[in-house]
Parts: sequence; C-alpha cells; structure tokens
Amino acid sequence: MAFLEISAVEKRFGKNLVLQGVDLNVDEHEVVCVIGASGSGKSTLLRCINGLEAVDAGTITVDNRPVLQDDFALNRLRREVGIVFQNFNLFPHMTVLRNVALGPREVLGLPRAEARERATRLLDRIGLADKAGEYPDRLSGGQQQRVAIARALAMQPKLMLLDEITSALDPELVAEVLEIVRELATEGMTMLLATHEMSFARDIATEVCFLDEGSILEQGPPEQIFTEPANPRTAAFLKRIIAAGRL
Amino acid sequence: MLVRRAERRLALSDDANPDRRLLRPARVLATIGLALGLLLAVLLALYLARNGLRDIRDTFFAWEHLRDSFPSVRKGFWLNIKLFVVAEALVLVWGLVVVLARLAPGKAAAPVRWLAIAYIDVFRGLPAIVTIYLVGFGLPLTGISFFEDLELFWFGVLALTLIYGAYVAEVYRAGIESVHWSQAAAARSLGLSYSQTMRFVVVPQAVRRVIPPLLNDFIGLQKDTALINVLGLLEGFNRARIYAGNNFNLSSVVGLGICFVVITVPMTRLTDYLVKRDQRRLQAVA
Ligand SMILES: Nc1ncnc2c1ncn2[C@@H]1O[C@H](COP(=O)(O)OP(=O)(O)OP(=O)(O)O)[C@@H](O)[C@H]1O
Ligand SMILES: [Mg+2]
Repeated sequence: MAFLEISAVEKRFGKNLVLQGVDLNVDEHEVVCVIGASGSGKSTLLRCINGLEAVDAGTITVDNRPVLQDDFALNRLRREVGIVFQNFNLFPHMTVLRNVALGPREVLGLPRAEARERATRLLDRIGLADKAGEYPDRLSGGQQQRVAIARALAMQPKLMLLDEITSALDPELVAEVLEIVRELATEGMTMLLATHEMSFARDIATEVCFLDEGSILEQGPPEQIFTEPANPRTAAFLKRIIAAGRL
Repeated sequence: MLVRRAERRLALSDDANPDRRLLRPARVLATIGLALGLLLAVLLALYLARNGLRDIRDTFFAWEHLRDSFPSVRKGFWLNIKLFVVAEALVLVWGLVVVLARLAPGKAAAPVRWLAIAYIDVFRGLPAIVTIYLVGFGLPLTGISFFEDLELFWFGVLALTLIYGAYVAEVYRAGIESVHWSQAAAARSLGLSYSQTMRFVVVPQAVRRVIPPLLNDFIGLQKDTALINVLGLLEGFNRARIYAGNNFNLSSVVGLGICFVVITVPMTRLTDYLVKRDQRRLQAVA
C-alpha cells in the first residue's frame, strides 16, 4: 500500500465542485509534483490531505490511517504531515527560533531546552542560525519561507506538502528555497508539491501529475509529461507555460 | 513580493515623498477652516465682553463657589474613580468570558453562542441610564437576599460591568477575528489544538490590536460613572448638583467637569498614540 493514497476524492465549495474524483498515490521517498492552471484545485487537494479541509466524497489515507475529521485523528495525522504555504504564514509575534520550536514544545511535548536545540539545529541547516532571535518581518521572503520549511521539519514529518512555496517570492530569492527542497529530496523525504516551477519539477520529480478542473488528466514520469504529453489539454497548458517563459 | 510591497508602503509613509503634495489642498482647507474658527471665536468673545461675560463668569466660574464646593466634589469624585477602577478590572475579565462563549466552536456550543449574542445585543442596545435604573432599582426588588444587602456602590459597579462587558466583548472579537485565518491554519497544521491555537497564536496577536479601542471604551466608562447618580449614590455629580441647587450657581459642576477632563485627557492622548503606532505597524505587515 502506498504511503499516501487518495481515491475518488471530491470537494465542493458551495456549488463549485473543486475536486472531481481525484486518484493519486505517493510511495515513500517519492517526490510527486502537481502542476495545473490557477484555480485547478492544487491547494485544495493539499489542504484536504492534512485535514484543513474536509472531503465531501472519497478517501485519503496516510500511512494506512484514514484522514478523518475528528480532533484526535487529525492531531496525530498532522504530526506526520508537514505543510508549507505560499505565503509563509510564520507567526509574526514570535522570534524565528520560537516559530520553529513551538510545535516540538507544545505538540510533541519536548522539554524547552530540547525543543530549542532541535530548532537551532534546523536553523543552522537552512543557513539562518544567525537570525534565530529576529522577528519574521525582519527577514526577506526567501528567508521567511526557509524558516517555514524548518518549522514544518521540526515536527519530523514523514510527508511534506509544499504548496507553491516560491510563487510569492521575488525571482532572485527562489533558488535558495528550491535548494532546500532539493536537499530534502536527495535525503529521501516523501513530498507532494504543487508548483509553477516547471524546470524544477522536471528536475526533482519522480512523478508529475497534471490537474485540470479538479481531476488528474495525466500522470507520469517528468520526461514523458514534459516532452510528449498524451493529453491535448496537458500539451496546451505546457505550451502556455513555455510561452510565458517558465520552462 | 509581499515584502517588497510592504517596504514600498513603508517608504511612502516617510517624509521625503511625492505623495505629500497630494496632501496640500487638504492642508490649505484646514488652515482656512482654522482661521474662520478663530475669527468666530474672537467675535463671540467681543460680544460677550460687551454684554454677558461677567454673568457667565459668575455663573460657571465663580472662584468662591469652586473653592467652597471642592471638598465635597472631591470626595464624590473619589467614588467615581473607585467605581471605574473596579468596573474596568471586572469588565476586562467579563468581556473575555463573553467573547470566548460567543466564539465557542462546534454544534454543541450553539446555545452558549446564542446566549452570548443575546446578551451583547441587549446591553449594547439599552441606553446606559436604563440599565443602571433597572439594575439599581430592579434587583433589590427581586427578593434575592444577596441583592438586598448589597451596597449602592456595587449596584453601580454591576450595571457598568454589564454595559461595558458587552462593548468590550465586541472589541475582543474584532481583535480575534482580525487575525488572519491563515495564522490559525498554520498553527492547526502543526498539530496545535483549538485552544492551543487561541492561546499561542491568535490571542497574543489580537491583544495588541485591541488595546486602543479598549482604552476608548474605558474613557466612556469613566464618564458614565456620573450616571450612577440616578441611584442616589453620592458620587461627584450628585454632590456637585446638590451644591449647585443650594447656591444657584453651577461652578461646582464645572469643577467636577474639570476633574473628569483632567483624568480623561491623558487616556485619550495615550489612545491616539497607540492607534497611530498600530497603523504604522499594520501597514508594515499588510
Ligand atoms: N475556502 C474556499 N471557499 C470557496 N471557494 C474556494 C475556497 N478555496 C478555494 N476555492 C475555490 O476552489 C478553486 C480551486 O482553488 P485552489 O486554491 O485549490 O486552486 P489552485 O490550483 O491552488 O490555484 P493557484 O494556482 O491560484 O493557487 C478556485 O475556484 C477557488 O476559487
Ligand atoms: Mg494554490
């Protein structure tokens, strides 16, 4: 059984059927990239996986446990699944160190010193040890996003969900964030990422899926999807992307 | 990109800035308005100097009356101070209780939410003086022995707490709801529970934002302590009024008014300062 199994998932907001029967499996150590136009439902899919949104039909299982909307199950799930958002969403009233240490301290119940130590190690790893005492608004977007990744990693998740984590960044700051994601991939972290960075996806993904109007139209290894897409809509989408100079 | 935009906006609020030119017409208008106001004031002063200035001075600002009434007014005003200090402390706690009930999550908590909403609607809608009257004269009539033995002072405190608890609950709510939902989402996705999210992420951010409007409500509360006079409590206004009635002179009431202004002005200045500081910070974060 795959580590993450999504089958026949539907999600609607009011009358708007945003996910229309999504099936997707992610095995351990796989890096799966979800591409698709704005509004195709990428964020919604990721938010359903860690239970921030409830699905209307279908099932999602993580590590053989179904994602249910009860507090106990959700808190357990969220220890294993880290998510990083487009807009960082760091806690502005806490220092960088506290942002990263909060989860280990309050959710995992580590002693204060141990939580801080873990946070310090992670900050060191993303090259921001010297910013530990700063507040997030003193950091660049790229630095904030790196901290957000560290915050998620501090929970030692088994699966990371990354939702267009570079699309709110200035172009010159994208590389430093992607570098960390690349490192995670080489270390074997299981990841599902929504992205507009096609060349990065091509580089890093073991599998790419094309999400269109709430269903997965095409899925396969990056070489195949990017060079010879089978579905005409995938081809059209990629053409637009190339025209926009993003591949 | 967001950060860039924020920086740009910060730069806009700096001095060396083309946008200041836009402010010019407004400033010219303000100057004209001020000049007109001054002119009117001078004309009025001239008129009063020729006609009723002395009468006015003697009615409102007679030094001997101010002086003679002051011991009594001061004694009364001390009671006003005690009223609002005690009421403000209670309001802070009561308002928080109400807002947590108002925002309690889940289907099971619906009755609690409705109760909180009803309370807030009723006490914000009732004129303060009506509430004070109902509490002060109504509760002792209920036959509940607790209320029969209660001092007048505490009925005043109770009424003010009920009135301002409703306002302050709404202030708290605005603060809590002004914290963007993505903050709660980030906290929940780390595995924090609802109450942990409130405690570590939402409330700390909300509190800073509500201090200015909270102080505003407290200024209102301070002034409304004078309304407790309808219960017969010998607070400042009642004493000043009694003196005024006995002496056909309002200087005692003016003296009380000065007392209120003297304690309120620092509060308003502090509030203004905090609001301004907040606006700057919000601009920086938005
Ligand atoms: N909370 C919500 N309430 C109502 N509609 C929503 C909500 N969240 C998303 N939607 C709608 O669902 C659809 C899919 O949104 P989603 O954010 O998942 O798209 P996306 O693929 O992530 O797009 P983008 O690339 O712009 O981030 C959109 O039409 C959006 O308007
Ligand atoms: Mg999205």
